[in-house]
This record gives sequence, structure tokens and C-alpha cells, in this order.
Amino acid sequence: MKDRFNLYRFASPATFYPFAGALIPYFVAVSIVFGLAGLWLGMLVAPTDFQQGEGYRIIFIHVPASWMSMFIYLVMAGWAAIGLAFNTRLSGMMAQALAPTGALMAFLSLLTGALWGKPMWGAWWVWDARLTSELILLFLYIGYMALTAAIDDARRADKAGGLLLLVGVVNIPIIYFSVKWWNTLHQGSSVNLAKSSMATTMLWGMLLMAMCFWMYSIAIALMRVRTIMLERERHTDWVKAELLGKAGDEK
Amino acid sequence: MIHWASFSDFIAMGGYGFYVWGSFGATVLIMAIEPIVVARNRKTTIARLKRQLRAETRNTAE
Repeated sequence: MKDRFNLYRFASPATFYPFAGALIPYFVAVSIVFGLAGLWLGMLVAPTDFQQGEGYRIIFIHVPASWMSMFIYLVMAGWAAIGLAFNTRLSGMMAQALAPTGALMAFLSLLTGALWGKPMWGAWWVWDARLTSELILLFLYIGYMALTAAIDDARRADKAGGLLLLVGVVNIPIIYFSVKWWNTLHQGSSVNLAKSSMATTMLWGMLLMAMCFWMYSIAIALMRVRTIMLERERHTDWVKAELLGKAGDEK
Repeated sequence: MIHWASFSDFIAMGGYGFYVWGSFGATVLIMAIEPIVVARNRKTTIARLKRQLRAETRNTAE
């Protein structure tokens, strides 16, 4: 029973706030380590691709950004579901904090995809199932941010935004399986649990970069959620104490 | 162990230099700017909340 109690304790902003603050430097450090290792393997060690020459190295950004754009959306939708079901304060703040990073990941995925598509397909953009559904994901992120920003009452904004997030979840399997369901220009997945089509160094470089992006996203979302907490909980005693005491010295 | 014969080879990326370095450049730019924006937003939010809190406590004291 004691563990359960502790878990619920972190759902309260007053306890989560300092906890998140203490975790940020670790996530930043781990992200840098993974990033350097991934870049070293991917950019310096991994061999040339037999079909795409050196141009394939865009994969070390493109795939991690695309994975994160989908994963962050799923996490936001998960928080939205918790928020709508249990009316918890923290969940809306977490979704808010993740949205801009998710949008940037979707943007990076589309941008690096265009930079990869131009030399390989001869086109920056095609209205293909994979590309179009990823573009819709970017619009979902932007729509969520615009919708929640337009509603003054934070709790009502969370509810409306949460509903949008839950409806939009249908887009994620469409992105993921689009290369299987339709004949698309986009290549199939290079990573498979049973058998991967990539060289070992390529695969590890990509996985390390994905871990780097993952840790980066967690660090930046924790940074953002702490500011949202202060803003939303400004009338509580713990925020007042925080503002009068420590917060002044912190950057 | 290192795949490249020379530094200029590395920069050229087998003729894909613009596309590869464009992708990495955009990513580095975004991952450098996003934390700066978040940190600055945090600073201004804390300053504003402090101002509001001070104004409130002054008003209730009077």
C-alpha cells in the first residue's frame, strides 16, 4: 500500500514540481551522451548504403523525429484520457507541455523527409499516404495548441483539447501502417523485430539517435511543464512559497 | 573503423551534402532554439507571477 500512496503523491503538482526539476539535468546529460554516440556511429562509422549512397544518412534524424512525433502524440492522448476520466490536474499540464515538442518533431520529420525525397524520388513532396497522414499529424498538434490557447479557462481548455487528442488518435495507426496498406512511394520500415534490413552499425546509430530524441523530448517537456505549473497553480501556497523563495535564484 | 577517407569526403557526403547537412542543420537549430525559448518564457513568467504576487500582498495589507 505504501508504494501506491507514493505513486499518487507524484500526481500532485506540489510534489511533482521539484521532482521534475531534479530530473531535468539527468535527461539532458543522457540525451547528449546518446546523441554523440549515435552521431559517431551513424555519421563516421556506418557504411555507405548500396542503393542510396551517403544520402541515406538523413535516416538518423528522419526516423527518430518521425517516431517521436507519433509517440509524443500517443502520450498526450494517454494524458488526455486520464484527465477526462479522473479529472486530474497534472494530465492537462503534461499534454500542454508536450504539444510544441511533438509539433516540432512532426515538422522535422516532414522537412527531413522532403530533403530526403528530393534526391531519391526527384520530388520534395508527393501526396502519398505516409506523407499526407504525417502532415495531418502536424495539423493536429497545431490544432490542439490553437484550441487550448483560445479557451481562457485552463480546465475547460484541457477538456476540449483532450477530446481533440482522443479523436485524432485514429491517425497514428494510419501513419504507421500506411506503407503496408497502400502502395506508396515511401519505403517500407527498415527496422523489424524479426529481421532488419540494415547493417548493424546503421541500426545502432539510428536507435541511439532515437534514444537521444526521446531523452531530449522528456527534458524539454519537464522544463515546460514546470512553468505551466507555476502559472496555473499561482494561487496555491506552494507556488507562492516557490516564488518568494527559491524561484528567484533559479534560471 | 572510420568510414571516411578525408574530411572533404565527409563534408561532400557523396554528393548529398546539401540534403544531409540541411537535415542535420535544421535539427540542431531547432534543438538549440527550443530550450532557449522555453527558458526565456520561464523567466518572464516567473517575473510576472512575482509582480502579481507582490501586488496582491500589498493590496491585502492595506
